[in-house]
Amino acid sequence: MSTNAASRLDYRHFLERRSFIEMSARERVRAVLDSGSFRELLGPFDRIKSPWLPLQGIVAQADDGVVLARGTLDGKPALVAAIESAYQGGSMGEVSGAKIAGALERACDECSRGRLILPVLLFETGGVRLQEANLGLAAIAEIHAAIIALRRYVPVVGVIAGLVGCFGGMSLAAAMCTRLIVTRQARLGMNGPEVIEQEAGIEEFDAQDRELVWSVTGGEQRYAVGLADDLLEDDADAIAAAIRNAFREGPAPGRSTQIERYVDLLRSIDPNQPPDGKSLRTLWGRTPKP
Amino acid sequence: MEKIQYDYPALYSVPHRVHVGVVGSGDLEVLLEPSPDSRAHVVVNTSVDGFGATWKNVLDRFFLRFQGAASIEINDFGATPGTVMLRLEQAAEGLRV
Repeated sequence: MSTNAASRLDYRHFLERRSFIEMSARERVRAVLDSGSFRELLGPFDRIKSPWLPLQGIVAQADDGVVLARGTLDGKPALVAAIESAYQGGSMGEVSGAKIAGALERACDECSRGRLILPVLLFETGGVRLQEANLGLAAIAEIHAAIIALRRYVPVVGVIAGLVGCFGGMSLAAAMCTRLIVTRQARLGMNGPEVIEQEAGIEEFDAQDRELVWSVTGGEQRYAVGLADDLLEDDADAIAAAIRNAFREGPAPGRSTQIERYVDLLRSIDPNQPPDGKSLRTLWGRTPKP
Repeated sequence: MEKIQYDYPALYSVPHRVHVGVVGSGDLEVLLEPSPDSRAHVVVNTSVDGFGATWKNVLDRFFLRFQGAASIEINDFGATPGTVMLRLEQAAEGLRV
């Protein structure tokens, strides 16, 4: 953990820091890459946008809500993909999903030829774009496959900063990253609070109960139970530094390869007495990375 | 969803492309690029129907001060006229950097 979010607040630092959360997807990519190295791929003027949304009376954004850029991190070639949460909740459609999957596949090709490209994914997404249904889901599956293929060569670094968080199929993509960076304003989960309440009832999960929601899906909790690797303040420079730091460690098997470990952790839970957020921390704690 | 188009006279060419904004609730995206001829062209794609006269008022006012030969595409998600004007001004400002 590079910065302890729980440490005493340094007000000068607090006031001077650049908020990452408040940045647009494009600004985030620029903030992460080495200064002046940003070169956008399939930008808004290429007008590679959703063919499906206008058919349903929804205005399409010219980049379909995904910013892809090549650039450098500490001088090394990098690829950064960022999802714009303000457009359709950061949802993954056919085009936005294909942009990320295609870029990761290209990076994988390059890596397999010995030319390493450092991949960074800036998640801010509710998951699949419901208007594009199976096409979005297929694109998300391609993103999953590309992350698994790519992480053999190079760490795949994911960031969830907030405020949308990362849900649905894209939460699996986040979980597949070699290293996952979160803030306390991030949320990570398969189903969002409203979906759980709608499907399982308010007795199961009250989406209005903010303390409950954050005690389950909040970034601090996800870090505390070992499902995220770095817990940072909402500070663009700290996040950019943590990303660089993650690449110094080299490729590693992701969480999704540690099946026994997670089966054991699941076995430690009694479904008849499901733990709340606090007791799950006691149960799972932060165990050192194997 | 509605598509509205307007043309305006222009006095000078614009040097490069500018992109600002997002198709988010109450906001809009503006794509401004050099026009293929010596006039300005505006295409508005908006999710809110029936506000053609309001769009014309906002654009007429913008083009009183802006005389670049630009092709402007606006992708609107229910922005107020004030927000539209701010985004247009932001795009024009982007031409000066």
